[in-house]
Amino acid sequence: MLKEIEAIIRPHKLDDVREALSEAGFLGMTLTEVKGFGRQKGHTEVYRGSEYRIDFLPKVKVELVVPEQRLESALSTIIKCAKTGEVGDGKIFVLPVEEVIRVRTEEVGEEAL
Amino acid sequence: MKIDTGDTTWLLISTALVMLMTPGLSLFYGGMVRRKNVLGTIMQSFIALGLVSIQWVLFGYSLAFGPDVGHVIGSLDWAALRHVTLEPHPDYAPTVPHQAFMMFQMMFAVITPALISGAFAERLKFSAYVVFILLWSTFVYAPIAHWVWAVGGWVKNLGALDFAGGLVVHISSGVSALAAVLVIGKRRGYGHEIMPPHNMTMTLLGAALLWFGWFGFNGGSAIASGALATTAFVATHVAASAATLSWLLTEWIHRGKPTLLGAASGSLAGLVAITPASGYVDPGSAMAIGALAGLLCYGGVNMKNNLGYDDSLDAVGIHGVGGMWGALATGVFASKAVNALGNDGLMHGNLSLLAAQAMSVLAASIYSFAVSWIILKIVDRTVGLRVKSEHEMEGLDLSQHGESGYLL
Repeated sequence: MLKEIEAIIRPHKLDDVREALSEAGFLGMTLTEVKGFGRQKGHTEVYRGSEYRIDFLPKVKVELVVPEQRLESALSTIIKCAKTGEVGDGKIFVLPVEEVIRVRTEEVGEEAL
Repeated sequence: MKIDTGDTTWLLISTALVMLMTPGLSLFYGGMVRRKNVLGTIMQSFIALGLVSIQWVLFGYSLAFGPDVGHVIGSLDWAALRHVTLEPHPDYAPTVPHQAFMMFQMMFAVITPALISGAFAERLKFSAYVVFILLWSTFVYAPIAHWVWAVGGWVKNLGALDFAGGLVVHISSGVSALAAVLVIGKRRGYGHEIMPPHNMTMTLLGAALLWFGWFGFNGGSAIASGALATTAFVATHVAASAATLSWLLTEWIHRGKPTLLGAASGSLAGLVAITPASGYVDPGSAMAIGALAGLLCYGGVNMKNNLGYDDSLDAVGIHGVGGMWGALATGVFASKAVNALGNDGLMHGNLSLLAAQAMSVLAASIYSFAVSWIILKIVDRTVGLRVKSEHEMEGLDLSQHGESGYLL
């Protein structure tokens, strides 16, 4: 069984998370710069007296697919590195994965990771 | 009359400095709009270099500075630069070729309508803009320039002082900007959508070019190299610096943070305000004029939030308010000790200059507002002023010009 981890984290924690995942043996990931909000409040910007509320804050989304038996290890690595304890640390979603195919060799399943 | 090479050198360099202000303005404005309108906004300033320059050569210069007709306008006797030669002109340019003076004045005529574009940024059709600035340059700029600077002009005869264009450039454009926002209306989504500037670094580069060019704008208005040009040069810089600080300080106290846009806007406010006074005041007076300009224009740009009009890039708040303050301040701070050809202001015991300044401000404001209103209504009926709603959403860059500012 394969699982996808979708971790939305603080941009400045990305390097720590990436390094720790590599050290733990997770060798691939996909990164997207995203914007969003949850419980963390945005901020206001004032330009010549016109005030704008910026609700959507920049975050990065890290996606990686792992075998189910290694899921706990991956999650704890991400949490350890991404946590500051303040509101705005982000969220992690775990999703089931139907299939993985490596395009070059057409290997499938865990072999393709 | 003999041509003075030093004077000619300074006037030609000043002309090039003022030319650079128009692209500077385009960057100043361009950075303040949303990214979908960056090219359309830059274009509205840049196109004035092409359009108004040709208008000026063909008949604009003649209407502004040609032989006086009834103290209000020049005749077409100098159309297509007839009689405008390389010989000096006894009244306007006694020590430089007449064509150098014509070119220097051309750069003022070019930047002035472009200043108005800040008011209706992000929503005007390019075709309408082209027609508008040609009509505006002909029916607003040329007459007011004639009143104030030409031999026989009624404001000049009244004794009002305008060294480098407080009335002609800033009040005319700032008050016309108010007419424009009232006729054209607000941007789609104004007040509830967020519309922050998309590139503040571009805006600062524009402000820096404007400040640099202003040395030619005010310093060159001496039409000679030497003491008077230096007086204006010093006053220009001191006022800009004082206004940068006063705007920033006001904002820091009022809103809690000093912003780069505030610093850039403050410098512009100071430059606008010192323009009419620059050849008549000492450095201390320039400092006072600049410091108050920062404060007043900060109030000026905040005023729109209370009054509810969408002066998108604050052409009214900075050029209108700063221009009026500068023209009145000239009547307060001007000194014959600084410039014997000027007059004494209120601070030096003379009330009549301030009265003449107030009269000239009132006349230029009413005339600019009324004629701009009429021109805008005519353009709206014929060409149509605003872009279609879907084009406004799409942005001026794609809808008006078929190109994008950033392909990143």
